[in-house]
Amino acid sequence: MSPKNARAAMIISGLWFLALAAMLALTALEDNIVFFRAPSELAEKPVAAGIALRVGGLVRDGTVQRDGLNVRFQITDLAHQIDVRFTGMLPDLFREGQGVVAEGRFDDAGMFIADTVLAKHDETYMPPEVADALKAAGRWQADAAHPGTDYSDAAYPDATGRKTGAEVK
Amino acid sequence: MIAEFGHFALLCALCVCLAQVGAGLAGASPGMAGLMRVADLSARAQFFLVLIAFAALTYSFVVSDFSLAVVHANSHIAKPMVYKIAGVWGNHEGSMLLWVVILALYGAAFSWGERTMPHALHARILAVQGLMGIAFLVFLVFTSNPFSRLETAPFEGRGLTPILQDPALAAHPPLLYAGYVGFSITFSFAVAALMEGKVDRQWARWMRPWTLLAWVFLTLGIALGSYWAYYELGWGGFWFWDPVENASLMPWLAGTALLHSALVAERRGTLINWTLLLAIVTFALSLAGTFLVRSGVLTSVHAFANDPARGLFILAILALFTGGGLALYGWRAPATPTDKFQPVSREALLVANNIFLATATVTVFVGTIYPLALDALGGPKISVGAPYFNAVFAPLTIPFLVMSPLGPLLAWRHDRLLPLAARLAPAALAAVLVTLGLALSRSGTPLLALVLLGGAFWLVGGAVTDMVERVRRVKNLTQTPLLSAPVAHAGLGVMIIGIIAATAWRQELVVAAAPGDTLSIGEQSLRFDGVRERAGPNYTSEQGRLVYLDGAHTGNALLPERRFYEAERSQTTEAAITTDLAGHLYAVIGEPVDDKRVVRIWYHPFVALIWIGAFVMALGGTLGLAGRVRRPRIATRAGA
Repeated sequence: MSPKNARAAMIISGLWFLALAAMLALTALEDNIVFFRAPSELAEKPVAAGIALRVGGLVRDGTVQRDGLNVRFQITDLAHQIDVRFTGMLPDLFREGQGVVAEGRFDDAGMFIADTVLAKHDETYMPPEVADALKAAGRWQADAAHPGTDYSDAAYPDATGRKTGAEVK
Repeated sequence: MIAEFGHFALLCALCVCLAQVGAGLAGASPGMAGLMRVADLSARAQFFLVLIAFAALTYSFVVSDFSLAVVHANSHIAKPMVYKIAGVWGNHEGSMLLWVVILALYGAAFSWGERTMPHALHARILAVQGLMGIAFLVFLVFTSNPFSRLETAPFEGRGLTPILQDPALAAHPPLLYAGYVGFSITFSFAVAALMEGKVDRQWARWMRPWTLLAWVFLTLGIALGSYWAYYELGWGGFWFWDPVENASLMPWLAGTALLHSALVAERRGTLINWTLLLAIVTFALSLAGTFLVRSGVLTSVHAFANDPARGLFILAILALFTGGGLALYGWRAPATPTDKFQPVSREALLVANNIFLATATVTVFVGTIYPLALDALGGPKISVGAPYFNAVFAPLTIPFLVMSPLGPLLAWRHDRLLPLAARLAPAALAAVLVTLGLALSRSGTPLLALVLLGGAFWLVGGAVTDMVERVRRVKNLTQTPLLSAPVAHAGLGVMIIGIIAATAWRQELVVAAAPGDTLSIGEQSLRFDGVRERAGPNYTSEQGRLVYLDGAHTGNALLPERRFYEAERSQTTEAAITTDLAGHLYAVIGEPVDDKRVVRIWYHPFVALIWIGAFVMALGGTLGLAGRVRRPRIATRAGA
């Protein structure tokens, strides 16, 4: 093979490799995108069972039931809520009224089976998706709390769900 | 008063930067060498001025001056001294000040250290560094002033996020920044060369040690961050493909490509345009990383800033330097001498290395930016997590691992395959035998994991072969640069072995345990003794106790904790880890369930190899650097 041909062959194989990598990346992207849905969005447009999903909101007051490692609770955006089941160790700051994001899928009965539950280490932290979901549901008090600022019960009683429990129903 | 002094020093540094840019640009013209002296002095003065500002802020943290907004928001009297100091960069304003300090340090180090290059290039590089200094000092002073005062000074601070109160995390930001900002010098090299319109082998030779230096720091910074996440977050993982982690991985991948392409540029005088482009892109990715982490686009433990003005400002800096650099590249990139490569030569393999690394950078970029872009454009909220990156990286890594050991053993220009095969036969044989042994002894290992492990053994074997050959050829171990590449390559292999082993052979146990229960994981049994309350210096804690019932650690106990920090009203999980040669046993405790307690235990086989491998890689880089510094300077002068 002459040097010129060899170089052409190298360029062509390089391009093939890049095309292959691009295809690989796009396929992987298509298969592995996980959508985030707020409870209100799910009430409006349910997602079929078995599709990977992230759901976020506040842990609704009075709904956490434990049985050994099995935990059941509801995630609410104070307009709608979803039933969630999780088996395993919950994060440090998982508690009623706290903003959480659950990853998993719905089963046939409409129960959200979570593989992972995320809550941050900081009590004053609110996941941005949850903040947006509360905004969308019209339950957001912009002056009282936004991500990263004080989100203690005293500063923001409404969003903990304690005072709005009646409305939620 | 001290704080005002610091603020004033920052303003002085800004003025000095203006002088540095002016003098640097003017000093590059013929006959203006005197001005170059001004640029040099400015670079050093800039460093001392920002260092004064940094000292002033550190002092304010040490004496807990809560009249400063940052100190109040991020410190607390009860905090241990080391974390008062680490708290200086544990917040947005302080970390940007640290960024500016390191930027100025690189400028000053360049001014002191590089005396052999032509005056014009030297002056122009200082000018570009000064330009960056201006951009970041303006950002610091006008949007993120660390010295702004509160109207009334509170008596107590709000504390530092407890998970940041950790020794690894005290060192992680300075190392990471030393990496990110180190690529500012290579960027300046590229821009200065484009301004001159003259780029040659010698240019690449001058740039390479700076690339290596930044790369060593970035490698250590990422490894330390990963180690911190592993033991401090209590999630039992070492890498989460979190956007913040990806933000540091992208410049690392591009910087690694730059390291290798600059080698071709230096030795063969080709790939120069590509090297220029990589130098610009690597720093752009460092800036993009800063933007992602500091702008509040991503909400994470790193995202201190939520002020949109800051995000926009960093975006403007990013656009200015990336856009400016790329435009200059488009306009001035020199006509390439025809790159003639033989397919069987070291440079051809280095090209393949660059194709792989560039592809890897792009795939990380796509997976990181796509969800953000979609959200910004008002599209649905999505996340792209570990499954995407694993699906892309695993198949990409295989051809990379197969090819990597060939490059360093091939001669430049042209070589033959058959003798190479003979030299590498022992390494190949060893890799195949070890992999087969593992396949038989650890049944159930996924095929992909075995293939990747085999590839990693092959990489280590190739590196050892290379090391032996080089030592035999030179017979002088003080020639450290000679060992740089094989040591770094062996480190990469060791790291990959750790990643695959800890992923494929990991075992996990989650139970609700009552005191006295026996828990078994792998071949190990532990007795759970329950939980007791304990008080720390600035927290209260629940400490669980797990006692080894058999094996080498019989009688020893694992003491995982859950800590509650009153000042910060925040809770952390402290994992308990037993280390031995074969792996880590990693335990955390969770919340109480009736009279039981949730306990989670992982067995991570060979997980320590990940960080040992990263350290060996950095060591390899340092060996290359050590030789560079000692190399006589006459040679480079003559080359100019």
